[in-house]
Amino acid sequence: MTSSAAAEPQRYLEAQIRWRPLEIVFWLATLLPFVLTPSYLVLASQIAITALFALSLDLILGYAGIVSLGHAAYFGFGSYTAGLIAKWGWGEPLSGLIIAAAAAGLLGYLTSFIIARFRHLALIMITLGLGLLLAEAANSASWLTGGADGLQGVRMWNLLGIFPFDLYGTAAYGYALAMLFLLFLVARRLINSPFGLALRGIRENAVRMPAIGAPSPAHIRKIYTIAAVIAGVAGALLAQTTETVSLETLSFQRSADVLVILILGGAGRLYGGIVGAIIYMVARDQLSDINPQYWYFWIGTLLVAVVIFLPNGILGGLARLMPSGRSRA
Amino acid sequence: MSTAALSTRGLDKSFGSLVVAKNIELDLPRGARYALIGPNGAGKTTLINLITGMLKPDGGRILLEGEEVTALRPEERVKRGLVRTFQINTLFPHLSALEAVTLAVCERRGYAGTWWQKLPAYADAIEEAYSILLSLRLGASCYRPTRELAYGQQRLLEIALALATNPKVLLLDEPAAGVPQGESAELFSVIADLSEDIAVLFIEHDMNVVFRFARRIIVMVGGRILVEGTPKEIAADARVREVYLGGAHHG
Repeated sequence: MTSSAAAEPQRYLEAQIRWRPLEIVFWLATLLPFVLTPSYLVLASQIAITALFALSLDLILGYAGIVSLGHAAYFGFGSYTAGLIAKWGWGEPLSGLIIAAAAAGLLGYLTSFIIARFRHLALIMITLGLGLLLAEAANSASWLTGGADGLQGVRMWNLLGIFPFDLYGTAAYGYALAMLFLLFLVARRLINSPFGLALRGIRENAVRMPAIGAPSPAHIRKIYTIAAVIAGVAGALLAQTTETVSLETLSFQRSADVLVILILGGAGRLYGGIVGAIIYMVARDQLSDINPQYWYFWIGTLLVAVVIFLPNGILGGLARLMPSGRSRA
Repeated sequence: MSTAALSTRGLDKSFGSLVVAKNIELDLPRGARYALIGPNGAGKTTLINLITGMLKPDGGRILLEGEEVTALRPEERVKRGLVRTFQINTLFPHLSALEAVTLAVCERRGYAGTWWQKLPAYADAIEEAYSILLSLRLGASCYRPTRELAYGQQRLLEIALALATNPKVLLLDEPAAGVPQGESAELFSVIADLSEDIAVLFIEHDMNVVFRFARRIIVMVGGRILVEGTPKEIAADARVREVYLGGAHHG
């Protein structure tokens, strides 16, 4: 084979992963809240954090096909780690973030040995069980976590020694957005790598993988650990920008919400979790102003409608309308 | 005689009281083109599952080029060159044919754990995958998602994925299953043209194909090997006639 024989397939694979103009427009647009809606920067920072959490779930669910109902375990673990470090006197945000990410990653690595052995319903039950277990442990260890009152006394130093985390959320949004973008770049590279292809292989046909010599359990352990690190960063960001940690960060509700967000936006598309987070959080903000009790009524309606009419999520539906859309279903 | 590419010694397997493999002794020399035939339920696919590690035998040993692989996991056996295809398409529906074969090549070359490098950077793996697809006449369709390929092309992709693992022993479970009779000869000519370094064992029901492409034939009945021989010997064997014609009577 001459090298020119493979030029065409290589170009095809290059074209699959090229940056689309729409992507660049999207990331530029994430800067708009600073100028257009400065009074909503706190909400914007929460959206960025939730989007990062959903991105983490997308890596395991959308790419490797690992269904989890307990992903909040890593979010909350990162949250409490970051909160405790600050409470114990080290309020420097970036180093705290890295330590929290490492702690969540370690928890992810340890649990990944269980995760890699199961699939389907058993996996849903195991992730659910692990999530509940950790939430209850945090609840009973109130001497450490503050229990139901939440972790109090978290004091953050200025970001980069300059920007204080104030009530306007300017530093919070800038910080969360920068982390979202950075880890998005990592995730994007990951899914376009040989490892990313192997993950899609596991999702597409777990039976065939061993028959082509692929060690699926090792792949699953690796992506689960990476996803736990990213979830831990998201949790740490929430703790640092709000200067408190509540049991809610570990709750089943949070695990379920992030799953809903990802399914709404479209799993396996990298942007699905981000779009889902924007729609979900903005809708919650607006609808709960009108009628807080009925908020989940509308989310339920939206979820049912999306799953029936747009089985690949909102992004999947949009991709069908635009022939130039990403076709990595 | 040199060491066989694949041997089994006293392989046993039962599901409760149902014996699906009894004392299977098999020797596949390098470059073999063997057919495995037998009536439905004879245990042919089960034997492939046992040899490749997808089922655990109750007893017996499996040797690949003289080395015992009985305790290895399926993917470890594949790494050593013991590879199978599936009777029912077991493919990656949303991956293009090129992506699927590139994945198999990446796994073999040890690239598949790398997550910080772009896939297109691995020109050697892509080149190899593409040349396998070209050799199976899938070059023109390799950019389409697998699920959109014609059925016959999907059968070829089954083989392409196996070839990408660089097999020493290739076990083909009814490679032409579901393919119209006219096309199955074409598919088998692809198999006949495979490298002489690869030992091939295929399950097939169409006797015209079997007698045309197999150099030796193994007949299985009720979980046991009834007889093994050249096509001529098998055609003349009274017990084989009894199994096939007798079976047809009770059909």
